[in-house]
Amino acid sequence: MEKLRSPAELKSLQEKFAKKRKSRKRSIAICGGTGCRAFGSEELFNAFKKEITLQGLDDKVDLKFTGCHGFCECGTLVIIRPEEIIYTRVALQDVPEIIAESVVKKNVIERLLYTDPVSGEKVKYEHEIPFYKRQQRLVFGSNGLIDPTSIEDYLAIDGYSALAKVLSGMKPEEVIEEIKKSGLRGRGGGGFSTGRKWESCRNAPSKNGTRYIICNADEGDPGAYMDRSLLEGNPHSVLEGMIIGAYAIGSNEGYVYVRHEYPLTVKNLGIALDKAKGYGLLGEDILGSGFNFDVKISRGGGAFVCGESTALMASLEGKIGEPRPKHIHTVVSGLHGKPTNLNNVETWANVPLIINKGADWYSNIGTEGSKGTKIFSLVGKINNTGLVEVPMGITLREIVYDIGGGIPGGKKFKAVQTGGPSGGCIPESLIDLTVDFDKLAEVGSMMGSGGMIVMDESTCMVDVAKYFVKFLTGESCGKCVPCREGLDRMLDILTDITEGAGKEGDIELLEELGGVIKDTSLCALGGTAPNPVLSTIRYFRDEYEAHIKEQRCPAGVCKALITFTIDEDKCNGCGRCLKNCPQEAISGEKKEPHKIDQDKCIKCGLCRDNCKYDAVIVT
Amino acid sequence: MVELTIDGIKTKVFEGTTVLDAARSMGIVIPTLCHHPGLSPYGACRVCIVEVVRGNRSSLEASCTLPVADGQVILTDSERVKKARKVIIELLISTCPNSKTLQDLAANFGVNEVRFKIKDKNCILCGLCVRYCKEQMQSGGIGFVGRGTSRKVATAFGVTPEECRNCGGCEWICPVCERACTAGNLIDGLCGGCQNLMPVETCTVCVHCSESVGAHGHKVY
Repeated sequence: MEKLRSPAELKSLQEKFAKKRKSRKRSIAICGGTGCRAFGSEELFNAFKKEITLQGLDDKVDLKFTGCHGFCECGTLVIIRPEEIIYTRVALQDVPEIIAESVVKKNVIERLLYTDPVSGEKVKYEHEIPFYKRQQRLVFGSNGLIDPTSIEDYLAIDGYSALAKVLSGMKPEEVIEEIKKSGLRGRGGGGFSTGRKWESCRNAPSKNGTRYIICNADEGDPGAYMDRSLLEGNPHSVLEGMIIGAYAIGSNEGYVYVRHEYPLTVKNLGIALDKAKGYGLLGEDILGSGFNFDVKISRGGGAFVCGESTALMASLEGKIGEPRPKHIHTVVSGLHGKPTNLNNVETWANVPLIINKGADWYSNIGTEGSKGTKIFSLVGKINNTGLVEVPMGITLREIVYDIGGGIPGGKKFKAVQTGGPSGGCIPESLIDLTVDFDKLAEVGSMMGSGGMIVMDESTCMVDVAKYFVKFLTGESCGKCVPCREGLDRMLDILTDITEGAGKEGDIELLEELGGVIKDTSLCALGGTAPNPVLSTIRYFRDEYEAHIKEQRCPAGVCKALITFTIDEDKCNGCGRCLKNCPQEAISGEKKEPHKIDQDKCIKCGLCRDNCKYDAVIVT
Repeated sequence: MVELTIDGIKTKVFEGTTVLDAARSMGIVIPTLCHHPGLSPYGACRVCIVEVVRGNRSSLEASCTLPVADGQVILTDSERVKKARKVIIELLISTCPNSKTLQDLAANFGVNEVRFKIKDKNCILCGLCVRYCKEQMQSGGIGFVGRGTSRKVATAFGVTPEECRNCGGCEWICPVCERACTAGNLIDGLCGGCQNLMPVETCTVCVHCSESVGAHGHKVY
């Protein structure tokens, strides 16, 4: 590997790899994202490799173990190019057939195709699947094309072109101006203008000229994994963004703060750093421009609060990961007291795109105040669990129904929690809300880093609020009183309500306490922590009241408030509930209606889940 | 010099002063717990909050860490401040009901009811002892361990470190432990002679704090 000394050398190398890539007529991409790996995609990859060698196709077929494709619901995913045939839920025994039929003969194996649940028709191509059709995968799309451990793959799809463009003719101020003009806002949750942040950091005084760049990959929201998948599947796009940012800001040292619980991310990023250094895209005299920049990986210990910028920097310095007041911004005095520019993974990955295609192109996507696309992790009670990248301004309805495929089991949509534990629950009445930074804030939620948890009618909103508050109580650093003690008392009250010990006035107390926690907490963790409670009270007050006044959980979730009984008219005595009851609380003769002994019942719900006749009633 | 307005009165102070110091220099009373003039500002207890007015909008900030700025408009005793401060004191009292300092604070600011569950701890994690040990004694023998509600002040690995010189400064500076309420039963009597009549469940004279002997019979780390 020889160091590249100029943008022209990079160009010829890109062409060389692109040509090499095209020389192999067929390509198989196997999703190596976290979800698919859990389904066994690593074994699948090895089986493909073996089969290809066995058939003597090594020179003809380009086999790739890529990053996450996003359609996690249907893993393991295998895509045959150039046709873009997509096979879902591929198992080991399918491998020889795929090679023989689809790769060699170009036939489609109907059995492995995706079936559209609405029309019942088989879908052949990736771009025709409704899940992908409505997306605009500008940032995330390359994941499926490249092997994250191969810089050659990234170069073959014109990777590092934006860096070359910047280094060969743009002044740092011009880069900042371009980013400002694009309207890019921070994807980590705050939504601050990225260009303005860069500018403040560049203009902040630094005695010895030291400025730091940080990539915040401390993704900790329950159910969110887009930063992980992006950094895991396309680390070079993030690195390229960081190098461009460093050039614009005037920094020579950068860090990626990534969770230690993301071992594959750490590994792939480490490989990417080594290879980029090998080609002279990182380190000294990048592409012969005289600009130096190096990146180090720092692994976080898993504290949620370390995603907060000042806590992250304290942790990077080797101190306790707790936030400090931000009256002096981190762009003026951040890591080691030096001007520091911190952006989220997704923000960095947007940068090369803007430089390549221009701010005007970028600012045409999205809404007035929010430009570009956003990756959401669509999870919960939804048919198509996965990562979706959509333009800002899309409605929640489109995300949930058109892309997400609606709610499983024909149940009714109830709410969607956006923005992770610090976001809010948006009810069904607001499902036509367009999704952007400002609109979400207006309804009491937030964009956050892009978690989207869908809930159906069987979700208890008090229980949901309790879950998030419990999470945040454990993740609060414990420094300031409103967050540490306030959230703990909030959890006490919510626990009481769900256990049937709620009192008159508890809702008002929660609202008062929530307001004070929001107003007086030291950092944004506490400042947003009451959102799940306040937003569920705002939109689902009747559920809270039912718990307190009527001792009733309308969704049938809170164990202390529900009883399981068997409908004698519906029960035909099949005995499935009886066999599955862990407490032996169900009795009854065969073909006779069964009964539940309430003293023994622990309300686990297994009888309801196993009953084929809907005879188990929860009241 | 920086000119700002506190409670409607214009004042000029040196740049770098905190709003707390500026207000106190004018004789305005702002309560504090985690603040000490000899230690670095920390901003943890939040009882020193003030309202910072920016046009039609305002926010609550801890005055001990808030630097003064030209044209700043500060309200130290607005309804919003009073309401939030009362909830914070209520939270603190429910955490450490036996502290005379907190009971006095509650009495002074009109908190006469606790709507939250009493936790009966003996530490409000103000961090005065930690900062005193590190900044004044140059020792660093004690620090914070854990996070959230399991956060506590402790020595490393639970053993007395070599750095500890048994100076007792941690105990001397503690607003909770050192001045624990001595009344037998808070429901019957006044807490340590302060004016508060707040009913709290029990008082187990200086909870968890009698393991080793310090100047006042409390634990010295």
